[in-house]
Amino acid sequence: MRTAFAILMIALAFWLVGGCNTGDDATEVDAFRVGMVFDVGGKGDKSFNDSAYRGLLRAADDFEVEHTEFEPGQDADRETGLRKLAQAGYDVIIGVGFLFSEAMRNVAVDYPDVNFACVDFDVRPGETLPPNLAGLRFREEEGSFLVGVLAAMYSKTGRLGFVGGMDIPLIHKFEAGYVAGARYVDPGISTTVAYAGTTPQAFADPARGKELALLQFGRGVDVIYHASGSTGNGVIEAAKEVGKTAIGVDSNQNYMAPGNVLTSMVKKVDNAVYMTVQAALEGTFEGGLREFGLEDEGIGYAVDQYNEDLITDEMLAKVEEAKAAIVAGEIVVPKR
Amino acid sequence: MFELVVLDSALRMATPLIFAALGGIFSERSGVINIALEGILLTGAFASVVVTYYTGDPWAGAFAGVFAGMLISLIHAIVSIVFRADQIVSGVAINLLAMGATQFLTWIIWGSSANSPPVQGMAHWGLPESWGAIARGVNAVIGHYPPLVYIALASVVVAQVVLFRTPFGLRLRATGEHPEAVDTLGVSVVRMRFSGVLLSGALAGLGGAFLALNTHQFVKNMSAGRGYIALAAMIFGKWNPIGALGACLLFGYAEAVQMGLQGRDVPTQFVQMIPYVLTMVALVGVIGRARPPAAIGKPY
Repeated sequence: MRTAFAILMIALAFWLVGGCNTGDDATEVDAFRVGMVFDVGGKGDKSFNDSAYRGLLRAADDFEVEHTEFEPGQDADRETGLRKLAQAGYDVIIGVGFLFSEAMRNVAVDYPDVNFACVDFDVRPGETLPPNLAGLRFREEEGSFLVGVLAAMYSKTGRLGFVGGMDIPLIHKFEAGYVAGARYVDPGISTTVAYAGTTPQAFADPARGKELALLQFGRGVDVIYHASGSTGNGVIEAAKEVGKTAIGVDSNQNYMAPGNVLTSMVKKVDNAVYMTVQAALEGTFEGGLREFGLEDEGIGYAVDQYNEDLITDEMLAKVEEAKAAIVAGEIVVPKR
Repeated sequence: MFELVVLDSALRMATPLIFAALGGIFSERSGVINIALEGILLTGAFASVVVTYYTGDPWAGAFAGVFAGMLISLIHAIVSIVFRADQIVSGVAINLLAMGATQFLTWIIWGSSANSPPVQGMAHWGLPESWGAIARGVNAVIGHYPPLVYIALASVVVAQVVLFRTPFGLRLRATGEHPEAVDTLGVSVVRMRFSGVLLSGALAGLGGAFLALNTHQFVKNMSAGRGYIALAAMIFGKWNPIGALGACLLFGYAEAVQMGLQGRDVPTQFVQMIPYVLTMVALVGVIGRARPPAAIGKPY
């Protein structure tokens, strides 16, 4: 009796764990269909994933394509999710985040008729991508440089903080650009750097983000730039709580705490996703790496009604000067 | 390492652990192993955010956390006390159930299986600033934490008194040590064990509520192993509330030091080992043999 009951409980638990996906089963339809698989931070992270999702929704609206999203419950579900969508005959499948790189490589080869795109694709040295796989990359260091300039000019204590998600080269780019930008304004400025962790979970741990930020604020830091997905929600929360400032990332996060978010480093994943869907629809999809930066507006910083009181004309002039210099190649922003 | 900001952080990190460890003590003192603490934390966190989201009142959320914690621990109680199933298996099942169910419900309610929208948190408690410099000084040193931090500390004292100074505590402990004796004296073992497990659900649920309300949102799997750490703290504290408090503060402190040391030219990966190394050193070196309640894990 009790063994049976325990087995029933476990079965129920697994059913619930496994039951959380939204992938459609294979049904034959004529409509153009786009599938998106999200990263650890997940839909609703107000940052990286939401930026991609916005692009998908915009494309769906404009081109009247059907779309489905899949949120992997655990690591192994990523490749499964991609395969499931490919099998179901989706026309374009987009993986949001570098974690998909390996799975994308495998699945793209098995389904040559499906177009795949991977945001932040982690390319191997000398690797050539299959013609149906596009790796969408961004020069985050350039945008991070600009918010570093703003942070250094805004800071009254001369101490800047950085909270990264997972401690990996991709996030080091944000850190390096930010620090370089701050030093461009004030070579002697102090920067404190912390990472939330060494696993992908570090992008989805706002409780830890808040504690890391409170520690830095407590030590005299007055501006913190986060590059940590939904972990950063905790950083912004901390800024609000102690009346200091944070800098948002990936999406425009200025609205999340008006007056306490200095600006946001905007990574236009939405545009990249939109363009990918459009290209696939028009038959001009090309595999290979694509890199977006300042000059094509793939990266930028956000000024809107929520933070215009924090940004002075002098700061704007300086940051625009830096932007022009980067685009012209006069400033080369370090990647690590 | 002993800066005020680090100690502050340590106390906040310890709070969910304290609630969960106290919960573990009540359950295990009554003779029911409760590794479901992890799942109860998660359930409490989820329920508190849902109710805060709809009512706008974080206190209502906290009560919902308590209620949801009791509800899910009721499953554990029924399975392991009434049906006499293996308590570890039931606990594992509840952890998996909580993980899946909270994600599923998050998706149903908010359309994302990973994140809830932000909700209102609790206003911090401290002396009014208008009382002048003394109040500000007190606030700077011991004040200005979310209310549940104080409640956690108070709960430790209450738990200690209840366990060791009341007839209920005596019966509970006796049930965990020698249920036959308790039964012979006319006290219902089933009732005592239900009380222990439900109390553990209430406390751990409140711990989950703190976790979520302090972060102002629910994130999938946000308990992130804290239930297991609380279990370790309980053993560490020898199934004794004051002892468990010490262990939780130590874990919280190690975590805070770990975060505070970052960015000082020590590799992140190395710094992040500190809490775990400290745990092992303390377990092996300082504490000595921990003796669980004699009848633990045995259905009656």
